Amino acid sequence: MRGHKEAASRMKPPAFDYILADSVDSAVAALAAAGGDAKILAGGQSLVPMLNFRLLKPSVLVDINRIPGLASIEDAGDAIRVGALTRHHKLETSPLIAQHFPVLACAMTHVAHLAIRNRGSIGGSLSHADPAAELPMLALLLDAALTIASPKGRRTLAARDFFIDALTVDLAADEVVTEITLPKLPPSTGWGFEEVARRSGDFALAAVAATVTVADGRITEARIAMTGVAPTPRRVDEAEDMLVGKVLSPGALNGTIASVRAAAEPATDLHASADFRRHLVGVLAGRALRAAWRRACGDAP
Amino acid sequence: MSKRPVKVTVNGTVYEREVEPRLLLADFLRHTLGLTGTHVGCEHGVCGACTVLIDGDSMRSCLLFAVQLDGCRVETVESLGTVNRLNPLQEAFREHHALQCGFCTPGMLMTTTDLMRKYPLATDDDIREGLSGNLCRCTGYEHIVNAIRAAVDAGKGGGR
Repeated sequence: MRGHKEAASRMKPPAFDYILADSVDSAVAALAAAGGDAKILAGGQSLVPMLNFRLLKPSVLVDINRIPGLASIEDAGDAIRVGALTRHHKLETSPLIAQHFPVLACAMTHVAHLAIRNRGSIGGSLSHADPAAELPMLALLLDAALTIASPKGRRTLAARDFFIDALTVDLAADEVVTEITLPKLPPSTGWGFEEVARRSGDFALAAVAATVTVADGRITEARIAMTGVAPTPRRVDEAEDMLVGKVLSPGALNGTIASVRAAAEPATDLHASADFRRHLVGVLAGRALRAAWRRACGDAP
Repeated sequence: MSKRPVKVTVNGTVYEREVEPRLLLADFLRHTLGLTGTHVGCEHGVCGACTVLIDGDSMRSCLLFAVQLDGCRVETVESLGTVNRLNPLQEAFREHHALQCGFCTPGMLMTTTDLMRKYPLATDDDIREGLSGNLCRCTGYEHIVNAIRAAVDAGKGGGR
């Protein structure tokens, strides 16, 4: 049916003007010129479905896929710097990430499916901020800092301050995330990652990522992050503080799990009730913390 | 919105076309180029039927715009084999009855082509995990897993 007259009727997404950016500066200039009606097209794995459903009708898409240098993973001494256009599969398989953040490498295998991970970008996942996605939770767990570009210049923002609400982040219409900086973890830090989804690769019903740093047999720092149980991913500061100075005894763990459940604000939907999610997130926190403790103590790889 | 020129290599053949920016790659392949082996199911990245390889990596062709692929290499199910000369993976699908209606099969084959290159697929669980983004409403997946198991084992020199 080459050159068929009805070709226009096969167009699913709304019409848009397409701008292929060759630099971050030209990308944010194009965003600014569109006066708030443009969208960044990175991997497109969340944006294009929304366009196909016509949930969004931006007048302009600014494609950043060909901007040089935006997809690198670099060792910056006390941190690893990851370009925003880095694909999930690259994060999953990067030797640098495996060495410094095995929890992140593990979490990436839970992100959708290979064909999605080959294309989806980490800057896109963070900016989209699905309340059940893995990467925003990992950014919180790892105290990530985001570098954000606009026509006015660059700013840096802690992941903690970036996620505002479901699908809502601190990112203006003329801004784009360019880089994520992950501070390296202290020595003797173990990790755990636990997720339950209806189907492999689906968004989490609930997921927990944790790290535990141990010195002289006691916890010096604990981090617990959860997703799928609130409008945004959360760090559970109260539960983290309870563990400092302790060994991971059953008693300490029970108190922590109760604190995690108290901090969750899960919703009921087709897939699971709020009560189930609240119960589940506690179970997953317990498993993640036990795994992190074992690894920190050298009892597990 | 004005059309843009795009030059794409699909299954070894170079095509130069003018496309509207909103034309999805899946529709470009099927309607502009007439390569209807790529099937379109859900059109929002869930069913996996439209999976093709872009510069060697599996991706959803319903989540890409043709205009983005200028200079890229695309491989579709038509690149694997022909009716009279199936490639080893297709032959395994035929032998193990890994398809009934065949709608999902192009996506299954292209996904598996990428999976077999990137993962060892040592266990059937690994195969199921790898296929979790491809829906089949006929087979119940058992025969698909069996076919891929056979293809993976044959690739290691294990025979069938």
